[in-house]
Amino acid sequence: MKQFIQDLAETNRYQATNLLRILREVQARFHYIPEEAIEQIAGLLNISRTQIISVVDFYSFFHSTPRGQYELLISDSITDHMLGKQSIIDYLSDKLNVAVGEVREDGVVSLDNTSCTGMCDQGPAGLVNGYALTRLDRPRIDQITDLINQQKPLDQWPAELFLVEDNIRRPTLLLDQPIQPGAALKALFERGGSETLAEITQSGLRGRGGAGYHTAWKWHLCYEGPEEDAFCDIDAQKQQQRYIVCNADEGEPGTFKDRVLLNSYAHQVFEGMTLCAGIIGAQQGFLYLRGEYLHLCDKLQSVLEERRQAGLLGNNILKEGLNFDIEICLGAGAYICGEESALIESLEGKMGIPRNRPPYPVTQGYLGKPTVVNNVETFMAAASIAINGGDWFASVGTEKSKGTKILSICGDCSRPGIYEYPFGTSIQTVLNDCGASDVLGIQIGGPSGTFISNHEFDRKLAFEDLATGGSFIVFNKSRNILDIVNNFTHFFAHESCGFCTPCRVGTALLKKQLDKIIGGHGSAGDVVVLEELCQLVKSYSHCGLGQTAANPILTTLERYPDLYQSRLKEISYEPGFDLDGALETARRMANRNDAGAHLAQIEANEHE
Amino acid sequence: MSKNITIDGKTIPFEDGQTIMDAAMAADIYIPHLCHQPEFTPHGSCKLCTIKVNGRNCTACTFPAMAGQEVLSETQELIDDRKKITQMLFVEGNHFCPACEKTGNCQLQAVAYHLNMLDDHFTHFYPSREMDASHADVMIDHNRCIFCTLCVRASQQKDGKDVFAISGRGINRHLIINSESGLLKDTDLDATDQAAHICPTGAILIKRTGYQVPIGERIYDHKEIDQVSLETEHHQHGE
Amino acid sequence: MANKIRVATTSLAGCFGCHMSFLDIDERMLQLAEAVEFGRSPINDIEHCTDCDIGLIEGGVCNSENVHVLREFRKNCKILVAVGACAINGGVPALRNYIPLEECLSEAYLDGIGVENPQIPSDPELPLLLDKVRPIHEVVKIDYFLPGCPPSADVFWKFLTDLIDGREPSLPYELVHYD
Repeated sequence: MKQFIQDLAETNRYQATNLLRILREVQARFHYIPEEAIEQIAGLLNISRTQIISVVDFYSFFHSTPRGQYELLISDSITDHMLGKQSIIDYLSDKLNVAVGEVREDGVVSLDNTSCTGMCDQGPAGLVNGYALTRLDRPRIDQITDLINQQKPLDQWPAELFLVEDNIRRPTLLLDQPIQPGAALKALFERGGSETLAEITQSGLRGRGGAGYHTAWKWHLCYEGPEEDAFCDIDAQKQQQRYIVCNADEGEPGTFKDRVLLNSYAHQVFEGMTLCAGIIGAQQGFLYLRGEYLHLCDKLQSVLEERRQAGLLGNNILKEGLNFDIEICLGAGAYICGEESALIESLEGKMGIPRNRPPYPVTQGYLGKPTVVNNVETFMAAASIAINGGDWFASVGTEKSKGTKILSICGDCSRPGIYEYPFGTSIQTVLNDCGASDVLGIQIGGPSGTFISNHEFDRKLAFEDLATGGSFIVFNKSRNILDIVNNFTHFFAHESCGFCTPCRVGTALLKKQLDKIIGGHGSAGDVVVLEELCQLVKSYSHCGLGQTAANPILTTLERYPDLYQSRLKEISYEPGFDLDGALETARRMANRNDAGAHLAQIEANEHE
Repeated sequence: MSKNITIDGKTIPFEDGQTIMDAAMAADIYIPHLCHQPEFTPHGSCKLCTIKVNGRNCTACTFPAMAGQEVLSETQELIDDRKKITQMLFVEGNHFCPACEKTGNCQLQAVAYHLNMLDDHFTHFYPSREMDASHADVMIDHNRCIFCTLCVRASQQKDGKDVFAISGRGINRHLIINSESGLLKDTDLDATDQAAHICPTGAILIKRTGYQVPIGERIYDHKEIDQVSLETEHHQHGE
Repeated sequence: MANKIRVATTSLAGCFGCHMSFLDIDERMLQLAEAVEFGRSPINDIEHCTDCDIGLIEGGVCNSENVHVLREFRKNCKILVAVGACAINGGVPALRNYIPLEECLSEAYLDGIGVENPQIPSDPELPLLLDKVRPIHEVVKIDYFLPGCPPSADVFWKFLTDLIDGREPSLPYELVHYD
């Protein structure tokens, strides 16, 4: 182990910023992060062991106790559940003879749940040692069980188990006309940097991650840098180190469009990043790729290499004097890292805890330097705009939402996949196209977004109405809204980073309170308590995660108040824990089972 | 020309680089807080100092003061919600005041008194985290930790050591100790270190010093935390 | 007499310290007796709680009997009050929540030092222990909370006189303490 870690540290230039990269390798090799490894890495990187321990504890894909040689994780997204996830994981557990959350006694295999893996159009999905598995069914599980029991190395597993499809159903403006590699950069050099930024401004492009900040403003602010630098002369300003980060930490359950863009439009995404570098003067870019998309990594590396060979990346790009390169950094299972400042912390090799703002990343980002963080789709659109001009893009969409939006559509529809629509398109149009019928409602923008009912299908996709990072989950009338809300609420409690009180404690309390109501133990005041808690978490949390964690409850409570009320008993109060169950230990030890050894959950005569 | 903001209608001056908390303290206005101490880099995690700035909730200890801000602090809504946030801290840990040496001198308790918190409101988590009494002079009851990181910051920024860190995610967040054994006894912590004294709750205690001050003479027996905070922290802000 | 406010009190998983503190209102008890009469209470040995205006509960819920008594109070009292640290958050008895019940019982009755004739008591007359000690607001709805270990006599006096005089009860800073 010592030599392995020594070599690893050397490959990573003993840089603390590469901690996640190092830990990923250690985890892959030993199936956990041994204490000796932590001590050794701390020494080699010259950081404290506590920094390493905190990172190991923070990310779901790192473990301080051994996992199986084959670590199986099954995606727990609502869409996987709708495709039969529960019976799949039960079957797996049975076949492999390992309980969920456990390692089999022989240490060969472990099984657990994981947050949405972004295969919602081809689930139930999972990961084996980080590599995506799709369309899991019983025959596939039988096959996987055999492979594991024979201890076949992963590279000898049949390729079809790992087949990930693009499912591009409706390509228009961007998806229909991918750019030629280098075309956007040529346009940049012909037109000039500030003129190209003017085109981006003209296009009205807004961030595609969901928040919708104007892309050109962000780039401009990053170019300007911190206030204290604004008075420097232009040359000094050009010397300022800046960074470009592409946020491919696509963790919002129900979203998978970035996976497809990186699989089939990687050149264009990288070109968009390079374009940005050319405009604002950055030398280093990062693609922060969520750990769940490990399967894309090799391919993306080869695209980067191709671009270097073609003079589109590296020193003196297109012989125009631009120096810029891109590094791929893999995440390790933390939804919060989709938040831009948490992502930057993660890039620096730390826990993904969102920073206090201001300062914003555009002035103080990666290593304290001005940094642009944009979504995959944003960079892709920017590359097209550089070639086709701002007006081309702005001619599509609505007043405040220009261009198109790429949706990941999944759930109850016959043609799940990737759809590109002009902003302003009605929900009904989308539903007609994807083959959805008997629809109960739609979750737009993922759990952090909005649940809309079937009375609202004339609403529009747009920042002015329904904003979305791309997640679009269809539910038909056979679905139970409270099951959906429950899944989302548990998701947020699991993914809360725990930094601030309202989110750390609040999301855990929301989970408890919702469980109580859904479990049929709620009484008169319990929905009021739930709503009060929602407002608290929403209003006081530190970042977007906490501020949106109550949305699944709030948006459904607003639309279906009766659904919640109908779960309540007409009594003044019922305990939130199982009273009779709380006597179980004492009953067993005293060997009693008489009437006095039991408690009713509520008093008999209070039940009306 | 001096720059001003208003807090609850009162105009107060500020200097560039000051947070709203800095400006408020300098003007003798108390905003409840637990994770903040003027000597250390603001952290912004407890959220008790949430205020409304031009209608938007902001964290006073990290948010920069800017000319013309209209700040609301002592509104009924903010007071009620600060109380609920404090109640969250109480149910998350095990805060059995009668059995805690810090009682009477505890900032968590004092903030709760200040907010007239009479009950814990929410469902208790009753965590069962380990105690660490291994050190000769200092002990830790992890069940009372509120993850304010003051000990982390004090150790790094004042003591020139690196004894503490916060680890884990969500409700599983916990304080960890920088030693191979993970125990306090194997660190270079001294009882005289600021990190050993800064805990706003009873999580980190100096051994053999409990209950020395009789009831009635403890810090918060007669003085509210607003007064104590302004008296003890004000001059540090002025430094 | 018929207009007197009826008050009942009990101690669940508590130490009767709150009751002792209540008695510390001393001669004011006579004044109180003009407006108040007592239902079930350890003060008078009345065993069951019948229709009352105010129920004062000391102590948390640690066993099945506590649950029955608490429910009897909730059913019969218009206003139910959690009195003292134990009723509010479990208090000192809840320190056992760190330790699994199985270990507690084993230590006390099976393998602890000095245990003779080791056996877990199983008489049906004995209430069974809950796995955790709970504050009473997690078992029934509670209307008011009087913190303190114990709440001082002045807290009882202030609270009851507020209620008797028709004011919304409130406690000034000096009366709010958790120890």
